Amino acid sequence: MTGAPLPAAFTTPGSSSFTDFLGAHAPELLPGRRAAAAAQSTQHDQRAGEQLAPHGTTIVALTFPGGVVMAGDRRATAGAMIASRDIEKVFPADAWSCVGIAGSAGLAVELVRLFQVELEHYEKIEGALLSLDGKANRLATMVRGNLGLAMQGLAVVPLFAGYDLARGTGRIFSYDVTGGRYEEHEHHAVGSGSLFARGSLKKLWRQGLDTDGAVRVAIEALYDAADDDSATGGPDVVRRIWPVVAVVTAEGYVRVSEDELGGVAAAVIADRTAEQEGRRR
Amino acid sequence: MSMPFYVSPEQLIRDKADYARKGIARGRSVVVAEYAGGIAFVAENPSKALHKVSEIYDRIGFAAVGKYNEFENLRVAGVRYADLRGYSYDRADVTARGLANAYAQSLGAVFTSEPKPLEVEVVVAQVGPEVGTDQLYRLTYDGSVAEEHGVVIIGGQTESVVGPLREGWRADLDLPGVLALALRALSADPAGGPARTLTADQLEVAVLERARPRRTFRRLEGPLLQAVLDGKPVAGAPAAATVPPATGHSGLPSDTVDLPPAD
Repeated sequence: MTGAPLPAAFTTPGSSSFTDFLGAHAPELLPGRRAAAAAQSTQHDQRAGEQLAPHGTTIVALTFPGGVVMAGDRRATAGAMIASRDIEKVFPADAWSCVGIAGSAGLAVELVRLFQVELEHYEKIEGALLSLDGKANRLATMVRGNLGLAMQGLAVVPLFAGYDLARGTGRIFSYDVTGGRYEEHEHHAVGSGSLFARGSLKKLWRQGLDTDGAVRVAIEALYDAADDDSATGGPDVVRRIWPVVAVVTAEGYVRVSEDELGGVAAAVIADRTAEQEGRRR
Repeated sequence: MSMPFYVSPEQLIRDKADYARKGIARGRSVVVAEYAGGIAFVAENPSKALHKVSEIYDRIGFAAVGKYNEFENLRVAGVRYADLRGYSYDRADVTARGLANAYAQSLGAVFTSEPKPLEVEVVVAQVGPEVGTDQLYRLTYDGSVAEEHGVVIIGGQTESVVGPLREGWRADLDLPGVLALALRALSADPAGGPARTLTADQLEVAVLERARPRRTFRRLEGPLLQAVLDGKPVAGAPAAATVPPATGHSGLPSDTVDLPPAD
């Protein structure tokens, strides 16, 4: 790039969207473009994609009066094998929102990177933040772009949560592979262990949780998911690997520290061990 | 058939340069100065929406004077350049030097090939990890680049203030100190009359804060700016990352989080 004037596309007035700019100037960098090409050229069995690349598993999110908590376990699987035991699947999207990903890890991480740049780019060009609904809609467009690969088993299913500065509440949005965007109330989970996590959340979530209570509920829901889903990792006390937990409030995104999580995980394990006292099988 | 008058290239270039210089001198100045905690941008600008100082990338800021539509176009191009580069390579690969080069080429190309040069003067600044590693590039309407050290003033009529500004600058200035220095330069009357008094409402102030992780650009507005102008230490300066740095693994983005602007 050095030594050449900025190309005309850079100085063309118009969109504040980084994705639109990429589409016009460097479409080969857009995740969606490759997906369309791949969908035409291969006709593999749907399961091939799942064996091929690591998949991320369970993400949970729940609201509390001050905002929203999102947590993700640390396991990625490729077929029956554990591909990673310390993968991170919950990311800050910008200062007041976060995104968790389930599905094909490589594609999902690329999607998150693009989404982060998209939000920051808009903020810098416009000098203002996108509304939370605006952010959720941008993410829906990106998920829709991946439909071709999703049909071959390489789906990306994000869970988006953030603090709505206009309303003063935390909100959660879920997506399907076609880019459908659904607002969830109170709590939600996505990924292979979501069935068990949702059951757990349904019983444990209550009105008026404080931040610590909400973090505890998130860890418990992931514990229950890991209990019954082989693709979801539980807290690893040997290696001290804990879920990634993000708290988004009016003050912004904060990732819960490892020490604090270690304490919560130890408390959950101790309580559940105590419940087993005197039982035999 | 009419013959165009012959104009010597020297004359043509001189006319264009004079035209651009006059346009730039009409506006108010902007001061960009390094200080112990980062880089400060101080502009006289009563507008809260039309900025002269902006964020380009994590550690890169932009200040401009001249015609708003022209430097706004350069600013947007800079943001696109930086975000594209950061997305296709890595965030660490976006540098002020690269951006200054690209701007210089664009400004130079317009100056030589277009009938009207851009009436802008631009500073691209990058805050370094330690004092003395900051980079300031000043770009003029014809595409020439100068690397500056310490403090730089662009736009307006600066002949009489640039000397005192340079002499008053020290590397160990704190934020109130560097703002006071910049204000002395901005409020001086080029005609030699008494200095004006600039209030917080008339100023646009932003900083690139050395100690912040990821995005270092922050605007100082309202009560926070007033407190700094009154010489109080910046109590509002946010603590460093509330997020432990992500440990490297799995090729995942190691992006730590941005703090919300403290206001």
